Amino acid sequence: MPIPSCHREFQHPIASEITPRAVYEERRELLRLWAAGAAGATLAAWAGREALAEATRPGKLAALPGGASAVAGAMSLEKPTSYQDASTYNNFYEFGTDKADPARNAHTLKTTPWTVEVEGLVKKPGKHGIEDLLRLSAQEERIYRMRCVEGWSMVIPWVGYSLAELIRRVEPLGSAKYVEFVTLADKARMPGLGSRVLDWPYVEGLRLDEAMHPLTLLAFGMYGELLPNQNGAPVRLVVPWKYGFKSAKSIVKIRFTEKEPATAWNKAAPQEYGFYSNVNPMVDHPRWSQATERRIGEDGLFAKKRKSLMFNGYEAQVGQLYAGMDLKKLF
Amino acid sequence: MNKLLMHPAAKPVIFGLALLPLMWLVLAAATDQLGANPAEALIRSLGEWTLRMLCLVLAVTPLRVVTGTPALARFRRMLGLFVFFYAVLHLLAYAWFDMGLDGAEIARDIAKRPFILVGMLTGLVLLVLAATSFNRAIRWLGAARWRMLHRAVYAIAGLAVLHFYWMRAGKNDFAEVAVYAALLAALLVWRVWHHRQQRYKAPTPVQASGIH
Repeated sequence: MPIPSCHREFQHPIASEITPRAVYEERRELLRLWAAGAAGATLAAWAGREALAEATRPGKLAALPGGASAVAGAMSLEKPTSYQDASTYNNFYEFGTDKADPARNAHTLKTTPWTVEVEGLVKKPGKHGIEDLLRLSAQEERIYRMRCVEGWSMVIPWVGYSLAELIRRVEPLGSAKYVEFVTLADKARMPGLGSRVLDWPYVEGLRLDEAMHPLTLLAFGMYGELLPNQNGAPVRLVVPWKYGFKSAKSIVKIRFTEKEPATAWNKAAPQEYGFYSNVNPMVDHPRWSQATERRIGEDGLFAKKRKSLMFNGYEAQVGQLYAGMDLKKLF
Repeated sequence: MNKLLMHPAAKPVIFGLALLPLMWLVLAAATDQLGANPAEALIRSLGEWTLRMLCLVLAVTPLRVVTGTPALARFRRMLGLFVFFYAVLHLLAYAWFDMGLDGAEIARDIAKRPFILVGMLTGLVLLVLAATSFNRAIRWLGAARWRMLHRAVYAIAGLAVLHFYWMRAGKNDFAEVAVYAALLAALLVWRVWHHRQQRYKAPTPVQASGIH
């Protein structure tokens, strides 16, 4: 793709675009391993995981294969949560506030035709059909940890590509500082919209450099298949180092703005849900500790909860985005 | 109806019925029927059953008066003790599954979360009432003082709803809380109304039975 010069100017100041030391050091480490002949074992583990992902394909929806991602930190080696758990226990308030509600009620969601409108401070605003979005860049599999603000976690193999791929193509203006994501709000198909729990439509947002980070995923599938409705079909965001609610589902609009977007949970309870909402075991939710989490399907009834990790374990990849920020204040 | 309620089997039957929720939960946990997060499901279900039992026990007197079935009073103590029973299980499930039976952790959690503090307070008041629920305690305390003490059940109702409300505040979702609050409020309002009615009438020995 030819890259216009203004594009380059825009890209230049983004710290996340500079190959972090950890990444190139990791590459050198890998080369060293190859040279040392240890690559065989590494590759075997790699292939083994792919075989595992293949074996756990639930066979419920159309396949959406993705090659293993090369993005640093994108392939967690932890055991993926079962598809059954990941697709029946989640929050999607548009379909009800109980975590079993989305799986029960989301069959009413109609995902075709579907368009995502890109608007605001970009050179190329416009509507993108879901078919075009699916083909916009190569689909990758990414195994991410998912930490819910409520204190539970999963490991989910998503399929998608870096949101940055889309952002580069729509060419944000220099004045664009934030990206806002709007979820569908269709009263006829989403029974949860009848309640006034949140201010609909559900709006989430990221700083532009967060949105451009290669780990920020525009996901179309999980477990090698298209997303089930209850998990945010046909297209959603996955920001693995932030609490789950930051990852907007069933996106219909992506808007580039100069001001920090007013996000749904922040509007509902500003003292409890900050704009950043990075996973941070040191900063408790006002009403509960965030130091530990329960891994769904893995930690038994009587097992102690496991310790939560700074930036959900993605500190090496995303820590530099928040250098110098007081994360206690900007929680 | 009265005859049926006075039947010797009536108490064991109610006892068995009140145990059914627990049996169902144990069976569901054993057969992996509690969804992706069985710990959370158990803690919450036990809390909800505590609230339901509380509604039931507070409905005994209004039902007894309105339907004219004095025999209902026989079940009040047992149902009250079932409130305590489910509250203890609720607390145990929380302490074990959520806190790993770590005393220091629980102490920190009480300080951290107001709704946990309120839950603990509710439990304490319940404990006092359960500990003074047997006949000899009534004799020790004297009927009037015992009755005063056991009016603390209204405080329990208020605290329990506050506990539930605060817990749900995070989800900003008060639909279920409102149902329990409305039910309990209706049961309390009925008592105030009934008490006033009684006072307007010529004093009768019935009044001595208090407003329970």
